[in-house]
Amino acid sequence: MILHQFRYDLLAFLRNQQSRFFTLVLPVLFLVIFVSVFGNDKVGPDNVKASTYYVPGISALAVIAGSFVNLVISVTAQRESGVLKRRRATPVPAWVLIAGRTLTAIVVALGTMTVLLLIGRFAYGVKLPTSTLPGVVVTAVVGAVSFCCLAYALTTFIKSEDAAQPMVQAIMLPLYFISGVFIPNVNLPSWLRDVAEFFPVQHLADGLHHAFDPAAHGAGIVWSDLGVLALWGAAGLAVALVRFTWTPAMATG
Amino acid sequence: MDGAVIRVRGLRKRYGALEAVAGIDLEVERGEIFAFLGPNGAGKTTTVEILEGFRARTDGEVSVLGVDPAHAGSEWRNRVGSVLQESSPEPGLTVRECLELYAGYYEAPRGIDETVALVGLQGKADTLGEQLSGGQRRRLDVALALIGDPELVFLDEPTTGFDPSARRAAWDVIDGLRELGKTVFLTTHYMDEAENLADRIAVISGGMIVAEGTPRTLGGRERMAARITFSLPNSVRVDELPLPAHAANGRVTVESEHVLADVKELADWALSRHLDLPDLDVRRPSLEDVYLQLTGADS
Repeated sequence: MILHQFRYDLLAFLRNQQSRFFTLVLPVLFLVIFVSVFGNDKVGPDNVKASTYYVPGISALAVIAGSFVNLVISVTAQRESGVLKRRRATPVPAWVLIAGRTLTAIVVALGTMTVLLLIGRFAYGVKLPTSTLPGVVVTAVVGAVSFCCLAYALTTFIKSEDAAQPMVQAIMLPLYFISGVFIPNVNLPSWLRDVAEFFPVQHLADGLHHAFDPAAHGAGIVWSDLGVLALWGAAGLAVALVRFTWTPAMATG
Repeated sequence: MDGAVIRVRGLRKRYGALEAVAGIDLEVERGEIFAFLGPNGAGKTTTVEILEGFRARTDGEVSVLGVDPAHAGSEWRNRVGSVLQESSPEPGLTVRECLELYAGYYEAPRGIDETVALVGLQGKADTLGEQLSGGQRRRLDVALALIGDPELVFLDEPTTGFDPSARRAAWDVIDGLRELGKTVFLTTHYMDEAENLADRIAVISGGMIVAEGTPRTLGGRERMAARITFSLPNSVRVDELPLPAHAANGRVTVESEHVLADVKELADWALSRHLDLPDLDVRRPSLEDVYLQLTGADS
């Protein structure tokens, strides 16, 4: 049943031009632009090549775009247009709808990230992690699941479809800048780094950066980053469980 | 349960100080098309959403297919189809894909092609839902409500905002449900829609049911006075008529409770004076007249 829902959700996602652009094309553009700008400079706290820095950095963005941004926008739109309500008028259990859509988000997030890794490998010669591959996969999956939970939580605070896109961008753009996604955050004042440290974007980016660091040892898993991501995910889930509704916020009498 | 599919006793719904539904009783029999007629804000959608299990009620007893919809589960939803007042097509899916998705939600769905044909969307099966016209979208809504082959179908204002030809087409679809043996609960604020489709009508106004009956008998319509109207030549005065009458705008009106006898008397009188009444017209009150009277002129 979940796979049935997943199949049609994925099809709907792939047919939507806006989703395709923001989720699939934009991360690739960011990767190409940042690597072009910084060339082969040594950047970041680990002092690695720009391309080795930006593949995991933009991968964090791709995970967030696929799981969080896309989910907030599409779920809000489906709720406000009555699509979710109509589905709930059928016998389908709520968890099947949630699971199907969440699975779509996770598959899209990991798919985009895979594209970025391949571009990094073949266009920029960024070595794919081998011993630290578990770190890449585990961090991306935990990140995607947590950001899905946060997405469901955020939809409950957005009253209209039109407000969804500006809202997610207003939240995410500053966080990308201070969390080492766009620019290495060693260049930031310490108070701003403290702010970034609180939010989950920093921990997803840091976990992925670590797993890509050629000097990293072991499986490449940073447990503290995973812990913070999981806590945010759990908080998002709790809020969503209490506040999530299937019917439009702009309900008519 | 003597064939009652929907049974409502003393239903109330309060939103703060506003009592949207103020104690209504309803009974809908199996196989019947029941119209719930009323002006906007009368409590129609609140009632239908309580029956569909979307809203909690403040008070009263509700049984739909023998189950209280407030506690109904998947098994019950397999037997009920709902066309909501406002819902867009599934984004990014064609008509056929939408129906395939929804068919997967039910235990024993109808065939896709058969359902597409039932609502008259042949030739549009591979069109994206978003690219359909308003009338076609509504038909897709009806198809989605029928795909699970339900016993009972709720239609909340199915033709609001339609042009006349789209409304006719929608009526044909709803009429077709009768032949399938479905029970239909229809809300509408169009009198002609209720008159054309329904076996029985209840009129709701201000949260209360103000009349109930068949389209012929609603509000005592079959017993209400008919109107005989005609014009007289200038040479004849109204008070020369054999019946009480009044004149306005050049036309004379006789309120008649015994139409045949009154027309005969009038005809005998006119013929004896060699008067022809070429524009004589006899009219029963329309359902619209009854409805406006029942719901108050301000609606």
